[in-house]
Amino acid sequence: MEVFFYLFAVLATVGAVSVLLIRSPVYCALALVGTFFCLAAIYVLLSSEFVAAVQLLVYAGAIMVLFLFVIMLLNLKSDQPFALKFSIPKIIGLAVTVGILAQLIGVLNSPAAKVGPSGEYTIERVSAEGATEVVGRLLFTEYVLPFEIISILLLVAVIGAVVLAKRYVASGEEESG
Amino acid sequence: MIAEQYLPVLMLIGLALGLGGMFTLLAIMLGPKRPTDVKRMPFESGMPTEGSGFRRYHVRFYLVAMIFLIFDVEVIFLYPWAVQFRNLGLFGFGELMVFLAVLVLGLVYAWKKGALEWE
Repeated sequence: MEVFFYLFAVLATVGAVSVLLIRSPVYCALALVGTFFCLAAIYVLLSSEFVAAVQLLVYAGAIMVLFLFVIMLLNLKSDQPFALKFSIPKIIGLAVTVGILAQLIGVLNSPAAKVGPSGEYTIERVSAEGATEVVGRLLFTEYVLPFEIISILLLVAVIGAVVLAKRYVASGEEESG
Repeated sequence: MIAEQYLPVLMLIGLALGLGGMFTLLAIMLGPKRPTDVKRMPFESGMPTEGSGFRRYHVRFYLVAMIFLIFDVEVIFLYPWAVQFRNLGLFGFGELMVFLAVLVLGLVYAWKKGALEWE
């Protein structure tokens, strides 16, 4: 079992690093799909098959389609020269990254991380009932208010997308079909 | 454990990758390569190619993709509801109807604004 975790963890990291290193944005997006697939496999190893299915359907499916459309909208050239210049935003970004990394290492070395998983829903209990059943039961009983708020959030997203994109469509600029 | 049930899925992915990779590798290793200038040209319906392969897409593609994404996320929530449908009873049905009603509001808005039309 551990072998598979290390396999998918290494593949996910390789995919994530390729996203940073590959110059062509479309190949970057494909590397990101690979990372999403490996993450879905890790979710299956953690016995949460519902999250794995959502990862594949929403992230590897719908969100990647959106990413590809954004790449095509931006009209990026893959042969743009890549310049490693140090600017103030990059230095701030680097400092934040190092800070998060230091915190992660600190958390993983703390005594709390060595206790292992705890809480009401152990892997055995989720396996016995079924991951989707547990999510469904909790989502529609205990967490029903957050669930209804999600619908508001999605409504905001619909209105935002229509307002932003429709303005450009209505201005009648015909470029290419 | 749930993970063990997914071993056939992993085997299938491995088989597909192995088979596809093997054929590609065999084609690279065994196939003759005699490139000419004409063969190296990108093929575009037999016509001489014009311009770059990258072309800007119209923003309306983005709008369609975004609306697809939102209703895709909506449908995701139907799965956990469907497996618990009998246990949740009428209350669960009402919860989902409220959820769907808010999103139908979004659909009506997008429809009225003409976001679903292709012009």
